[in-house]
Amino acid sequence: MSTEILMPALSPTMTEGNLSKWLIKKGDTVKAGDLIAEIETDKATMEVEAVDEGVVLDLLFKEGEVNIPVNKAIAIIGDPNEKVEVKKEVPIEKVIEEKKIEKNIETKIENKKADIIDTPSPKIEEDRNLSSEEITMRQALRDTMAEEMRKDNKVFILGEEVAEYQGAYKVTQGLLQEFGKERVLDTPISEHGFTGLAVGAAFKGLRPILEFMTFNFSMQAIDQIINSAAKTLYMSGGQINCPIVFRGPNGAAAQVAAQHSQDFSSWYSQVPGLKVIAPSTPYNAKGLLRSAISDPNPVIFLENEILYGLKGPVNNDINFSIPIGKANIEKEGKDLTIVTYSIMLQKSKEAALRLKEEYNLDAEIIDLQTLRPLDTETILNSVKKTNRLITVEESWPFGSVGSEIANIVQRDAFDYLDSPVIKVNSADVPMPYALSLEKLYLPQVDDIINAAKKVSYIK
Amino acid sequence: MKKLQKADYIKMYSFMLKIRRFEERAAQLYGMGKIGGFCHLYIGQEAVVVGILMTIDKNDSVVTTYRDHGHMIARGLDPKRIMAELTGREDGYSAGKGGSMHMFSKENNFYGGHGIVGAQVPIGTGIAFTHKYNGEKNICRTYIGDGAMNNGQVFEAFNLAALWKLPVLYIIENNKYGMGTSVDRAAAGLDLYKRGEAFGIPGEKVDGMNVFSVIEAADKAGKYVREGNGPYIIEVQTYRYRGHSMSDPAKYRTKEELDNYKQTDPIEIVKAEILKKKIATNDEIEKINKDTLEEIKNAAEFATNSPFPKDSELYTDVYL
Repeated sequence: MSTEILMPALSPTMTEGNLSKWLIKKGDTVKAGDLIAEIETDKATMEVEAVDEGVVLDLLFKEGEVNIPVNKAIAIIGDPNEKVEVKKEVPIEKVIEEKKIEKNIETKIENKKADIIDTPSPKIEEDRNLSSEEITMRQALRDTMAEEMRKDNKVFILGEEVAEYQGAYKVTQGLLQEFGKERVLDTPISEHGFTGLAVGAAFKGLRPILEFMTFNFSMQAIDQIINSAAKTLYMSGGQINCPIVFRGPNGAAAQVAAQHSQDFSSWYSQVPGLKVIAPSTPYNAKGLLRSAISDPNPVIFLENEILYGLKGPVNNDINFSIPIGKANIEKEGKDLTIVTYSIMLQKSKEAALRLKEEYNLDAEIIDLQTLRPLDTETILNSVKKTNRLITVEESWPFGSVGSEIANIVQRDAFDYLDSPVIKVNSADVPMPYALSLEKLYLPQVDDIINAAKKVSYIK
Repeated sequence: MKKLQKADYIKMYSFMLKIRRFEERAAQLYGMGKIGGFCHLYIGQEAVVVGILMTIDKNDSVVTTYRDHGHMIARGLDPKRIMAELTGREDGYSAGKGGSMHMFSKENNFYGGHGIVGAQVPIGTGIAFTHKYNGEKNICRTYIGDGAMNNGQVFEAFNLAALWKLPVLYIIENNKYGMGTSVDRAAAGLDLYKRGEAFGIPGEKVDGMNVFSVIEAADKAGKYVREGNGPYIIEVQTYRYRGHSMSDPAKYRTKEELDNYKQTDPIEIVKAEILKKKIATNDEIEKINKDTLEEIKNAAEFATNSPFPKDSELYTDVYL
């Protein structure tokens, strides 16, 4: 049996090559691994090895011949006693036929999301198990971690100052005492290393809760979050999941300036494979953190330092959870929709009160709770009712969560809109230090009111 | 040192040969446009992974770089399915979604196949953390290319592994070049095995062209790690015959240098030992050669006939 040696593609872009030199001649016996020719590509000259074995029966091109198409036969090897048939032309096989890619990919993704979300977000005002006592967001987070650690030995927590110091913001207070140093681990200031370590532990079946002292420092580890945690399930064809929660304060605190005040919600929300959650109250912090810890996927859990001290009632049932991917209609209204999340919920509520008093505008407030997967259904239903939309968030304006919502709403509810969507974001500059400038940088209640007036055409 | 049985010699020879034939065939398929993207071949380095393989427990974990085809073969994985991943077909280990650089087999404790230089080092350290956390006696073998040895996260991982006494064996495959940059142009201090010294991690340098040297070192280091003494570093001196990836003509090194290494070809060393010890005859070796060629040929055929993933697969495996 004879075998054709084809002009090889030696780079992803090569379409033809020049035969610089033959390293074999007719009648030679070649074995797998022997060098047979030098081929000049658009980038370099490279040696080519034989893969099959046999006697060289024919060389189909002379040294120095140029522009030989990839996959054209250049030599024939085989058994000299067999008759050889030389094919005149070897067509270049098109490996992949051009496929029509369906245009409406976004719709497909949303269909997929619908599979994930099955139950609605519970409503605090209808919750019969609400505690009479009010606790802080900090306590709510700590209690939930402790409850989940009691249930499942595979859950452990690591991060800077989470153990002996009791947490830089005291969110892990008491956990070391209850669970010991095997399950509550102080790490060195080494985000890239310990994040990769936690991701490896999750691949192997543990369920780490990784605390970033603030999400600003997650930049040190972003490669492990995106390239390792978020993508490995896909790259492994569904074999290796990564059940990990990355949590910690996100966004501005108080005068900690540019490097310690960034909001990363839209950065992480852009990444398929991650789920992104941003709680706004002790009640939803508890329910959402439980869902995050139980989830088999990597979850980014964006807390807010200023909210740590916020008090409110919670549901103390150790199985109480709020589904990922469901927004909460914080306040019903008919005149306009305010979509917000995290700390901006508080400012949006203040703005809604004033809008009612001063302009008789009845705003509906949607607290997203989860940023990815986004609950587009709740947003669209609201816009179809109120016909006006503003988004309120702390992140920078370019490509923010609000930008994506504006895109979805103009695409899927264009005919329902009575005015353009307006986004309220932080200023498009690094966070300044001075108290006066910091206030200017962040969205304020007046900014929300002005946006609401604008979409309502009130001067 | 681990006592080698006659069957071990045959096993070593067969695995090393299988890796080489596989890589040559992969190069051919790449040349035919059946394999796309990046494709990093292991030819010349076979003694490293096969030497380590001889000391491994099947419940130990492995994690490596993007030059991973040989590692998977040594792990006992099916060349047909590895090749099918290279051709991006549905029978591939990652169902065609990972490609050459991103292959995994959870059931065989093979955790990739990582495309980002250095990223597998903290990950392997975390897998070792899990073995310890679960009270298992197993260790994680974490392979590192010489190029990654100048990457910050590697040192962060070393620090954590030593600090927490994690059962991780770091194997530096020093093939002398990080892409086109030779080690001496990239690393200040050429003794890479000493780079754990500051953390108290013992290290040693081994001739990676000779599988017997690799086995001896891996056996000793493996025991040290398994006994709970913390991490250990082996720097294996090896050489890749091919360029960094398929499109690299390797003009940054001389032909003499390559030829020199080919004089100590790892497969020839084992073959000579087998013949010297009369473990097998020339004819028996020829039969292994023929069978291996045939097996890999079949793998290539399987990999080019396996269907492309279904369009609907585009949206699966994003979330569990």
